[in-house]
Amino acid sequence: MTAYILKRLIATIPVMVFVALFVFLLLHLTPGDPAAIIAGDEASPAVVEGIRQKLGLDRPIWEQFGIYVQNLLRGDLGTSIFSNLPVLTLVKQRLEPTVVLAVCTLFVAVLFAVPMGVIAAWKARTAIDRVIMGFSVLGFAVPVFLIGYLLIWLFAIELRWLPVQGYRPLSEGILQTARSIVLPAFALGMVYMALIARMTRASMLEVLSEDYIRTARAKGAGTWSMLLHHALRNAAVPIVTVIGIGLALLISGVVITETVFNIPGLGRLTVDAILKRDYPIIQGLIILFAAVKVLVNLLIDISYVFFDPRIRY
Amino acid sequence: MFASSRNSRFLAASRLAATAAMVAMLAIFGSTTAIAQPKVLRVAMHADVRTLDPFWTTQTIAAIHGMMVYDTLFSSDTDQNPKPQMVDTWTVSPDRLVYTFKLRDGLKFHDGTPVTSKDVVASMNRWGKRDGAGKQLMGYTKSLSAKDAKTFEWTLTEPYGLLIDTLAKTGTSIPFVMREKEAMVDAFQQIQEVVGSGPFQFSRDEWVPGSKTIYTKFKDYVPRKEPPSGHAGGKVVKVDRVEFIWLPDPQTAQSALVAGEIDYLENPSIDFLPMLKSTPGITLAVHPAFGTMGIIQFNHLYPPFNNVKARQAMLYLINNADYLNTISPDKGLQTLCFSYLGCGVAMETDAGSEAYKGPKDIARAQQLFKEAGYNGEPITIIHATDHQYITPAGLILAQQLRKASFLKLDVQSMDWGSVVARRAKKEPPAQGGWNIFITGTTTLTSSSPITHVAFATNCDKAWFGWPCDKGLEDLRKKWAFAPDVATRKQVAAELSRKAYEFVPYVTFAQWRNPSAYRSDRISGVISVPSVPPMWNIEKK
Repeated sequence: MTAYILKRLIATIPVMVFVALFVFLLLHLTPGDPAAIIAGDEASPAVVEGIRQKLGLDRPIWEQFGIYVQNLLRGDLGTSIFSNLPVLTLVKQRLEPTVVLAVCTLFVAVLFAVPMGVIAAWKARTAIDRVIMGFSVLGFAVPVFLIGYLLIWLFAIELRWLPVQGYRPLSEGILQTARSIVLPAFALGMVYMALIARMTRASMLEVLSEDYIRTARAKGAGTWSMLLHHALRNAAVPIVTVIGIGLALLISGVVITETVFNIPGLGRLTVDAILKRDYPIIQGLIILFAAVKVLVNLLIDISYVFFDPRIRY
Repeated sequence: MFASSRNSRFLAASRLAATAAMVAMLAIFGSTTAIAQPKVLRVAMHADVRTLDPFWTTQTIAAIHGMMVYDTLFSSDTDQNPKPQMVDTWTVSPDRLVYTFKLRDGLKFHDGTPVTSKDVVASMNRWGKRDGAGKQLMGYTKSLSAKDAKTFEWTLTEPYGLLIDTLAKTGTSIPFVMREKEAMVDAFQQIQEVVGSGPFQFSRDEWVPGSKTIYTKFKDYVPRKEPPSGHAGGKVVKVDRVEFIWLPDPQTAQSALVAGEIDYLENPSIDFLPMLKSTPGITLAVHPAFGTMGIIQFNHLYPPFNNVKARQAMLYLINNADYLNTISPDKGLQTLCFSYLGCGVAMETDAGSEAYKGPKDIARAQQLFKEAGYNGEPITIIHATDHQYITPAGLILAQQLRKASFLKLDVQSMDWGSVVARRAKKEPPAQGGWNIFITGTTTLTSSSPITHVAFATNCDKAWFGWPCDKGLEDLRKKWAFAPDVATRKQVAAELSRKAYEFVPYVTFAQWRNPSAYRSDRISGVISVPSVPPMWNIEKK
């Protein structure tokens, strides 16, 4: 196992090198000029050129790449062109809201979706199954922003139970954080609920038709014991895969939810940086997201061992 | 006895339980009685503060940030008349060439050091390297020097009439006074420290770019004695802290205002104005001279718009009213404006606008394009698809030009970030250049042909599009040297006539975006036609 993990970690090095190169080239070949955005609409062409020179954007692309790699090797992700703050500082500022939102969303999704999927499989082709699957289709079909606006209207404007927007850090108390995160977690969780519920149902249906389930039933196993102990554990590998992919997506791609609920997370930082062509932030974040994806995939692969004893590394 | 003891134990337990419950309730809902809460003003501006150097960019948000932290020598009152702010007294020599200024007493930077004329001189020199109006002023400056700690002298080469007006400008690139240390930093490099002498201090530790920017009251600030008027008068701060919260989603921003989570929303989306208007406790307010004016900019380097006839032809194709009805459908906020210098301002004039004001005439436009030598080459319009009003304006322009079937259009859609990069390219349209792009400016900026960059027609040094016309440039200079407002108005009419002949660009529409605030929670909001001041606002 240790050898496998080491092998996988070493294999991430060429992946990360490729990501760094690809992102750099992609950004510098994409139309757009941070100097023009910084200068503002009313700046003269001479002023834009002056800023471009100061930022080193007029240098040859290979020279800029050399500086970027040198900084990366020193562990320096760069400095934001606009705010003049190190990318790492900006990431640190945004990490907590994103992680809290991702974890709460997954918690909400798993809490509801796995039982829903199990029940739908158990009551397959009945009204209960259709209601659950209908809910899943809705979860996929209704855009997150619409769910967000509806939740805001009901719980923040009409009932005044929860805030419309903003994130309260954990340092202000868990209750405050929970109040600020509950609506976004539910809005975003709907999609993942739908995804995990459908995956759980499909996986459970497959397992429930296996011989060992029939044997368990014949030996007198109760319904819940049969569902949870015998079936769910064996159906877990694809479910865990989906949850893992979901976590990676949540870390990097929850822009709409973060925008609607004004959560200062990494997703919004990325999109804002793209719109402003703040190259160091985009480069730094994509490298970070790539690392998270690689790490999550590794953790998912390792977790298979615990769910399926036949898998050995 | 037993019963009594049991009762007292029960009572004691009840009291303990009640106290515990109360403590728990206070812990959850918070106590507001014992400790005086700081007065916090929560504000959502139109953009997020990402750049801390107000000279480094012409973005309005940088000017808003600057207005919080820094002070200015002069300011404009509500009628846009210049008034002294940091300056106490000043004199002008009879030949209008030497201005001597004295700073008022008690001016201090946030680090406690006094503001001196050396700081002023260094700040003006830095600002003069970046701002268009500043460069113009510096072009007529012979010397700018500190005479003593509080006195400085500005000597001109010619009697340029706009020195005081330029120092009082409040649109973008405002001439703020920094410490000499920061003011000596290269004008093209961002300053690192934000230490001003304005009414608020910047709280760097709490700054989260893309989320929030915090300012606290500067306790040592000495406001002027005059009552506030526009950006002039006493800047009396009545709250302890101002939080700029960046709310990129317009729906969320208006919901936050309705729910009382913010007190002031600078730029509510036009779609939500009827809803906000009908919400109790919310007031919409707009200064009469505040507004936005659209600009259709031509590339003067390449056919067909390098020929004046093609530019004049556009006046017969562009219907001003169509833009208004799409961008700002509320009739009360629209102005059908044909003044290059904006409407509702002192310099408003529509002299020479007959062709633009008259009925649209495709046949006349076709004739003019023919005279311009147009041969059906594609007209490249670079169209931003992610902007509140530029996006619909681009669609309307394309539709209006499509009615003229003799024109061949090449509408290229992209984000605003790509438009600003592309418009800087001087290559021919077919090789990555362009023919037309759309942007906008504030009425305040457009009201002065000096501050309005698009009005400059100084060829290679001009704004994107590079218009070239000596006649217009001479008139801009004449306007700047006019000794009084009445003469300036006369020159403005001449400028307007000349502009409609030369057509450096075409303006469209003028609309006003009100600000919205919780009038049941705050009072003292000052009406201005540019960057909103946060002083004088009181939390109820």
